[in-house]
Amino acid sequence: MKLFRLFIVVFLFAFININVSAQEVNTLVMKVKNKLDQVNDYTAEGKMKTDIAFIKAPIGGVKVFYKKPNKFKLQRNGGISVLPKGGVSINIGNMIVTTGFTAIDAGFADIGKVKTRIIKLLPNGDNNDIILSTLYIDEANLLIMKSITSTRENGTYEMEMRYGKFAEYGLPDKVLFSFNAKDYKLPKGITLEFEDVDQATKDKLKGKKGRVEISYSAYEINKGIADSVFK
Amino acid sequence: MWVHLRIELYKIFRKPRTYLAFAAITALIAVIQIGLFVDGKEYTEFVMADFANSFAVDGKILNGYFICYVILQLLLIHVPLLIALIAADMISGEANMGTLRLLLTKPQSRTAIVTAKFLASVIYTLMLLIWIAILGLFVSMLVFGTDDLFIMKSSYVVIVKESDVFWRYAGAFCFAALAMVTVASLGFFLSFFAENSIGPIVATMSVIIVCTILSTMNIPIFNIIKPYLFTTHMITWKEFFDFKVNDANEAIVGSIQYPEKIIHSSIVLLVHIIGFAGGAILLFRKKDILS
Amino acid sequence: MSSIVQVNHLTKQFNQFTAVNNLSFSVEKGDVYGFLGQNGAGKSTTIRMMLTLITPTDGQIEIFGYDLYKHRREILQQIGAVIEKPDVYKYLSAYENLLLFARLSGVKPTRQIIMDQLEMVGLADRAKDTVKTFSQGMKQRLGIAIALVHNPSLIMLDEPTNGLDPQGIADIRNLILQLSRDHKKTVIVSSHLLNEIEQIATRILIIDKGHKLVEGTAEELFDSSQTIVQLNTTNNQMAVEKLANSNWKNNLKPMRDGHILIQLDQESIPVLNQFLVDQQIGVLLLQPRHSLEDYFLQITAGKQHVGTFTN
Repeated sequence: MKLFRLFIVVFLFAFININVSAQEVNTLVMKVKNKLDQVNDYTAEGKMKTDIAFIKAPIGGVKVFYKKPNKFKLQRNGGISVLPKGGVSINIGNMIVTTGFTAIDAGFADIGKVKTRIIKLLPNGDNNDIILSTLYIDEANLLIMKSITSTRENGTYEMEMRYGKFAEYGLPDKVLFSFNAKDYKLPKGITLEFEDVDQATKDKLKGKKGRVEISYSAYEINKGIADSVFK
Repeated sequence: MWVHLRIELYKIFRKPRTYLAFAAITALIAVIQIGLFVDGKEYTEFVMADFANSFAVDGKILNGYFICYVILQLLLIHVPLLIALIAADMISGEANMGTLRLLLTKPQSRTAIVTAKFLASVIYTLMLLIWIAILGLFVSMLVFGTDDLFIMKSSYVVIVKESDVFWRYAGAFCFAALAMVTVASLGFFLSFFAENSIGPIVATMSVIIVCTILSTMNIPIFNIIKPYLFTTHMITWKEFFDFKVNDANEAIVGSIQYPEKIIHSSIVLLVHIIGFAGGAILLFRKKDILS
Repeated sequence: MSSIVQVNHLTKQFNQFTAVNNLSFSVEKGDVYGFLGQNGAGKSTTIRMMLTLITPTDGQIEIFGYDLYKHRREILQQIGAVIEKPDVYKYLSAYENLLLFARLSGVKPTRQIIMDQLEMVGLADRAKDTVKTFSQGMKQRLGIAIALVHNPSLIMLDEPTNGLDPQGIADIRNLILQLSRDHKKTVIVSSHLLNEIEQIATRILIIDKGHKLVEGTAEELFDSSQTIVQLNTTNNQMAVEKLANSNWKNNLKPMRDGHILIQLDQESIPVLNQFLVDQQIGVLLLQPRHSLEDYFLQITAGKQHVGTFTN
């Protein structure tokens, strides 16, 4: 969660120094931001699926809590979950906050059938973990369809959002989180295994992108959440 | 046969040595449990050091199921030594004590006597495992609670859903029973050849140690014989804790990744058991009792 | 009297070593049959074969009129045995040991029967003590109680007095006599001590290096007036033929190396010489040897090998 806090602080700080030359882009970002600002807090139930080549995990139930401006918590309904470092900070709060970054218009792209505007956000300082953030925004509906975030420490994460019933609040029904997973290996001496894993399995386990997919069902928006939840 | 079995069990459970094994297991498990209870976080951090660099693992890893897995992993290498203590003593111990000749002058068939002895050592082995299950699994579940089972294998990580774990332990313990009975059979077989208990006990331990080293070493020349060593198959109980995934990499609850490995290993172990026990019974029928 | 035990041409070889060689004997009902021979003579091997502990290489054993190996269980049900050291389960009590072996002998004795049995061997007050606290003599007595608990009709005791003090030896001796006299049991007892066997055995078999030396009653074998005479003649084969057709035929014991042995009283030595001369046989050697007792003492002392008789 430390990382999450870092995200928030960095983003908020950057927001004040918005670049004038990117006025148009900034306006768009602000619109999206305002839309998301309708949400003071929410809780949502969801199912989380971890799809990483070298991790076999069952689908688990999760519950997420968000409170403006930067409180976020992902809680499992029992069970053990594995998330890429930094991945736990996926939420509307830090996704859109663009303070202290230089926003650059990078053209258009289609995400599925949706036409999106690509906006690259560069952090102004050197001591940020985030090197570059790219947002794909559906201008018509003011929804972030995809974001790519490169970090110094934890590689590059890619997030795709699918919207449904809660699109009016800018809240996704499904978040697909992709990242480059490092290879995993533990010495057999520690795991006390005798047999070698065959080459086909080894290849299967290598060089794949990891994915975490969270499908949200019931959102409860602006019902008020006590701060104690986030502790 | 029933009378023989009861008598053999009676003898086993009147021997102080028998309780030594139960005490040793209790102590070993208690040490692991206390250690993990006090410093479990450090232990998991150590094992997961590399993994934790890229991933945040959330949840109660250090739960009863995980503790039991650690216990089984450590114990099933050492329990054979405790089994050898009794099984390798079954015939040789009586030869050494001089009771074998008295026993065999009784109007009982040798096959019945030796079969009862073998079955008694099997029951002893099973009781040791039940004791391990009680302490290692149930006490751990009670003390540490339950949650998903997080296992780090050499090339991947498996998270078994809490509701999907228990039957896997049942299977693993059944398989471990088969593996330990193999050890008992080996000890029993070797006990036929000696007139003192130390020899067969040490021989059984040596065979297990040497075979385990051969099974562990990843050297091509040993890899040829590995599939035939029973020690290679003794750890197949771990296969119960790996499940199949579908094309979307979703866990299939209630599945086993390589059921054929379990079947194959079971057959190899069964063949060893039949070979060792059958050999001992056949030889014993014709044995001249000179002790 | 009927034979309880009939052993015919019994042979046991361990690889190249012949432990028992073509041994035949019979034990009659009510006998206290003494097995006498030095250590390694083959006594234990023979007794173990009679208890199915060792499989014979050749020969037959019939006990109670049945082939031992065909009716093993039925026969063993009627046998009680103590083989060498009376080893029992040291971690069990005297009572538990007795109960355990009674069950294995096919009987379910009551507590009273077991206590009576322990009383008989003088261990009733130690019934609950583990055997590891027992002296050698107490273990031996417990061993005998175990041998008797199922009321067998034939009792085999292999070196029952080994390691016992004089009192212990006397106790065992009295017990054997009591079993024979009062309980009409047939007893086979082996020992390497002549005087021990002499005092209790009704019949004695002396074996050496797996061969039968002589068999008979104590009176017959240890009569001091009887002498063994070693004979060598100009024609031993003829001498044996002539003697076999004479009154000497029952005394004749031809030796393997061609020498002839004859058992007779000292006064008969000149008569024997005259007989041979009358038969035109030149006497080269006619030497009185020892009495059987001397023979046995020499055998057991290992001073001189006297040669072996064939039956």
